[in-house]
Formats: sequence, C-alpha cells, structure tokens
Amino acid sequence: MSARSGGRFGPLVAKQGPNPELDVDGLLDDPATRIIVCCGSGGVGKTTTSAALALRAAERGRKAVVLTIDPARRLAQSMGIEALDNIPRPVPGLRWQSSAGTTGRTTGRTGKDKGKAAEDVGDADEPRLDAMMLDMKRTFDEVVESQASPEKAAQILANPFYQALSSSFAGTQEYMAMEKLGQLRHEALETGQWDLIVVDTPPSRSALDFLDAPERLSSFLDGRFIRLMLAPARGPARLMTAGFGAVTNTLAKIVGAQMLRDVQTFIAAFDTLFGGFRQRAERTFELLQADETAFLVVAAPEPDALREAAYFVERLEEENMPLAGLIVNRASRPPAGNLSGDRAMAAAERLEELDERDDASEVTAGLLRLHADRVRIVGRETHLRQRFAATHPEVPTAVMPALSTDVHDLEGLRVVGGLLAG
Amino acid sequence: MGARSRNGADWPGVRLHVVTGKGGTGKTTAAASLALALASNAKHVLLCEVEERQGIAQLFDVPPLPYEERRIASGLGTGSTGGGSVHALAIDVESALLEYLAMYYRLGRAGRALERFGVIDFATTIAPGVRDVLLTGKLYEAAHRNRRHKKAREYDAIVLDAPPTGRIGQFLNVNSELAGLAKAGPVRKQADTVMTLLRSKQTAVHLVTVLEDMPVQETADGIEQLRAARLPVGAVIVNRVRPHALDEEARDKAIAGDLPRELIERGLAAAGVRSTRTLVDALLDEAREHSERRELEDEQRRHINDLGVPTYELPRLSGGVDLGGLYELAAAFCEQGMA
Repeated sequence: MSARSGGRFGPLVAKQGPNPELDVDGLLDDPATRIIVCCGSGGVGKTTTSAALALRAAERGRKAVVLTIDPARRLAQSMGIEALDNIPRPVPGLRWQSSAGTTGRTTGRTGKDKGKAAEDVGDADEPRLDAMMLDMKRTFDEVVESQASPEKAAQILANPFYQALSSSFAGTQEYMAMEKLGQLRHEALETGQWDLIVVDTPPSRSALDFLDAPERLSSFLDGRFIRLMLAPARGPARLMTAGFGAVTNTLAKIVGAQMLRDVQTFIAAFDTLFGGFRQRAERTFELLQADETAFLVVAAPEPDALREAAYFVERLEEENMPLAGLIVNRASRPPAGNLSGDRAMAAAERLEELDERDDASEVTAGLLRLHADRVRIVGRETHLRQRFAATHPEVPTAVMPALSTDVHDLEGLRVVGGLLAG
Repeated sequence: MGARSRNGADWPGVRLHVVTGKGGTGKTTAAASLALALASNAKHVLLCEVEERQGIAQLFDVPPLPYEERRIASGLGTGSTGGGSVHALAIDVESALLEYLAMYYRLGRAGRALERFGVIDFATTIAPGVRDVLLTGKLYEAAHRNRRHKKAREYDAIVLDAPPTGRIGQFLNVNSELAGLAKAGPVRKQADTVMTLLRSKQTAVHLVTVLEDMPVQETADGIEQLRAARLPVGAVIVNRVRPHALDEEARDKAIAGDLPRELIERGLAAAGVRSTRTLVDALLDEAREHSERRELEDEQRRHINDLGVPTYELPRLSGGVDLGGLYELAAAFCEQGMA
C-alpha cells in the first residue's frame, strides 16, 4: 500500500505503460453510470472486485445493489450476510466515505427516491448497499411463471427436461444473470430504490461465454429441430419429412424414447413462451449496449487471463458495448531500489558459497533470493501488461496490488475499493 | 514426503488421473506436468482436455489440437531408460458424438443429416448428462484400448485436464445426472460402463489448489462431494508455493520489524553489494510481506493436511510457465513420488 500512498504517480502508475489510468471514482460517481458489469475469466477476483466497487460506490453516495454469481462463503460473510440468495438484502455496517461523502450524497438522489429510501431503510441519510446472489433455477422459474398461465407454468416446471435445462444447461447461468440484471434495472426504474447496479458475471470457461449464452439459448429454443419436433403437434403432416422421421428414430435410439417424449411434451408446453424469451434476450442485449452501462474487464497478470481480456475488449468493441476499462488484479508490487534480479541472485549465491557462514550471510542470502524472485515476477507481469497495452493502447487500466492478507470483512472490501481507486 | 522415491510411485494401478481445481489455480499446468512426469521411464501418456479451451496447445506452444491424438512432448529419460511420450487430445462433444454414432450405428450420411437438422447441437447442449457421457466415454475408449484395435495407440496412463472443482462432481457423476432424463437406451448403458471405470481403483481424482483461503475451501468442498459420489479422491496438488528462503525465526522477526539493519548491511557487504538505505528498506519490506504471506500459507497448509489426503507441492515459477518450466514441475512431481 505504501507504494501507492505517494499519490497518483507512485511507482505502480509509472510502470503501467502507455495505457491511460482508469478513473474508478469518476466512473462510480458519475450519475450517468447506472450499470457496471465486471467480466473476465475464472479465478481473477471478479466477485471480490464487484463487491468492493459496489461498496465504494454506496459509501460515496450511490444507492447500489450488487448481483454476485457464486460468491465464496467468506465473501458473503464479509458483507455481513450469512447466506446470500435471490433477493437483494441490505448490507449492514456502511459509513460515508469521509472525503467524498458530501459531494457524492447529493448526486443521483431525487425527491422521489428519498421517500422510497426512507421507507425501506428508515434513515435516508445512511449509505445504502444491497447484495444478492443469483439463483438461476429460481430466476428461470420466475420467468416461466410470469409468462405462462398458472396451469401451463406448473406443467413446465414439473417436466424433467425443463428441470435439466434450468439447472444445468451450459449457458443458463449466464442467461439468467442477464435476465436478473434486466429485472433489477426494471425495479430500479420503478421504485427508485437503486441508481447503480453492479453485476458480477458467471465463472465461465471463457469470459466471452456470457455474451454468447443468451443468444445460444434463444437460438436453441428457436432452432429448426425444435420447430420440427413441434410440427406434428401443430399441423400439416407433410412437414414430417421422411428424413426427419429417421432423425427422431435415431435420437430415440441414442437417448431412449422416454426422454424424447419428455422433450416433446416440454417443447409443446414451452412453445408459446419462445417468442417472449427471444424478446427478453434482445432487450438485455440492447441494455448492455446502452450508454448507462459500463463494462470493466477484470484480469490477473497471467498470460491466459490477459489473453481472455484482450479477446473480450475486442468483442465489446464489435458489439458496440461500452468498455470502461481494464482492472489487473493481484499485481506484484515493484520493489524499491535498483538492485537487479540477476545481481541479487549472484550476490545470494556468493553468500551461500562463503566458507564461514553466519546469521548475517544466511538471512541476507534469503532476502536477496526473495528480492530476485520478486524482480523477476514484476518483470514478467510488466511485460505481459505491456503486450496488452501495445495492442489495446486506448483501454484505461487500473492495477491492483496483491494483498498479503485475505478479505474477511467490510473493512477488507473497503481497502480493496480504495486500492482500485488508486 | 522426502522418503518417497521416484521408483516407488505413489499411484500404482492408477491409469486415469483426473485433474481438477478452482479456476485460476493452474489446473492445466498441473495436468500437463503430471503427464510429463508420468512419461518418464518410457511410459506413454495421453493428456486430454474437454472444455474446448485449447489450454494444452497454448501451454505447449503448439497449433490448436484437433480431435486426434498428437504427440506434443517427450518424457524425461532417466539413466538407462529412455523417455516416453506425451500425446494430447482435445475432446469436443460434437466430434465425440459423431464418432460414437459412426462406431455404434454405422451412421454415414445419416450422421450428417443429424447435423443439418441441428440435432447434434440439440443432443449436446440441452442434455448436459449426454454431453458428459460422450466426453467421459471417449476417455473410456482411450483407457480400454487393446491390441485388437490395430491402429489405435495404447497408453500406460491418461491424464485429464478436467472441468473446475465447481463442476467436477456433476461431470464425473454422469449416472445420476442422467437419471431423470435417459432411463434406458444406449446412452444409459454407456454411462454405466464409464461409471464403473471412474469408481474403480484405476482412477484417481486430484485437486489443484493454491495456498489461499477460497481455493482451499473449495478443495475441501470438492473432496467432500467426490466422496459422497463414491468417486476416488487422489491427491491435493498445491501449486505456486512460495520459496522457502527464510527460516521461521527470521520470518517472525521480519513481521515484528526486529530484523536488525546492521545484520543485513553486514551480509550485503560480505556479498559485495553496496548497501544503501533504500535497498535495506526494500529488502526488509519484502521480507515482512513475504513472511506475512507465508504465515497465511502455513495456516492453509494445515487445513489441507487436515483433509487426510496425500499432498504434493509445485513451486511458483517466477519466470512464468513455459515448456522448460513444465519439465521443472514434472521433476518436482517425480521427486515427491507422484510419478
């Protein structure tokens, strides 16, 4: 931390390369930012980053809600909530951030909001953060229930095929995260309860999955095969071509006739909902393209994570989705002084080869080895970041130093938020 | 751990090594190094991935892998025995399904018709159980080759870079996943056969972690899940272990700020390094941070030991993981008796 306390031009910032610095507080404070989506490959600290950003935004005057996907128990606990579920719940223990509280407090709080907030939390002058965890099956069920008549909904929910689709279809989690975002956005507009939604994205095998999943699911539900499966139920038998008969027969052979029947029943019941699903997916996609949305790509200084980040940046550009910047988590802190790694290593070896070794030589050799190790790691990370910067020089970047302790409580999240803001 | 020798490898009889772990812990790296380690002593090893990520190709710096076994590396030879080989295979579900259909139904043109109707998409995306059966089925095929298949290569061991811990139970427990869906039919039969292999002594599921809170917690949860599903838990592989450059006494002093500057200055002088105030400060600062981190690591290590599972440690490579680094990690596996 000490490396950053010297202001905006500490050693970290200086080594960051040609990318402009990401102004995290500017982004959080801007009332025009209504949605922040944190994305990136698995294991880079997306969930913690989302929670820390939401907390910081709330303590700077935004009425925030954070949608986490699969938070570790510890993270939920660090927000004072034993178990997060599909309902946003207030996080206790917030306090105004001393430096920015006053300016932040006046932004984005209209008279209408005030009344509502007072109703909900009792005291409108307290910072407000809600947290929730996505329950994808529950969310899917709710969509079905809102779209179909009660009898039909019950029929769908009981279908074994629907149960598989809603709990383990590759992409359902991504799709439902986006669905939930749409719902929260709607609720925020209706009630004025929140003026900022921070969304974590599912731990996909690739960062791009969550952009593609809604499309995959809706094109699947709308696909040719499903249309054909429906054909006998709906009309002219001539649609049942001989080729298709062979296909269903083969499929029945592979998966069993009973499963095929389940599928057919499901599709017949689900048919009327297809249009609705596609429409919802399209609306979410538009929401992601809107100016009120800001994407933050989260990465670790590792080749895989930065490669994913680069793909993601390119993809957002292609889709006209507003990229706010890149956050590189867990960066090693550059050591002070100018002793190079090679010289430190050589010096350590000299000490270890001494005939008469004492405490001084042993401890110092250890320190020199640690130093060499750190210099090498920092060098590699810097190189990786520079490679990213060379191909994407325009992407504002924040580098978040690795902490030597884990995040356990709200204070830990505050520290992370502070480091992110620089 | 030191007593284990490379010749008395700890996993005799295991032919299928499944490597899982939390995202970002270095699962692919661990799987690849394990494959290299097993390939020493003239063994032939197949390294598979199933997530269509091309992680193996990136790690070994070779072009993207097709649905076909490719030789990607040689094992380290030791003394008189030459090194074996590592072949790699990226299993994708569409190819696995077409191969399956061709094998069991002799589907030629009909297979393509299925594709045209979007059935492949259908069968492989909507029915997750089917997807996993196809992927693990291909593994089964590779594990059970024998001399009757003339062209097929035989392997002494198969290493799978498996889906992450969060999905591993579901992935391997294909049986229960299918229960609600396919109650009969060939897919069901295939699932039962695969399950027999996965639950046998020929399989071991290893979990990769780093010495941090969340990954260790996830490892503990993963082990519990695997045990509940009666799947054979193998080892915990601890990745990116920090160097042990300072003894406990020095670490305690570093944290308390009690390491005497004079001691360091004397050491630097003996090493022929000009000691400046900045340098000594930096070294002390680094020592404190390292020691704090080590303290947390030791705490996590205790949690791991409590899991009652054999553990192996891989060092953190400060220069990053390249092919040379993989051999270094493979050597660490061999030294500790993992292979």
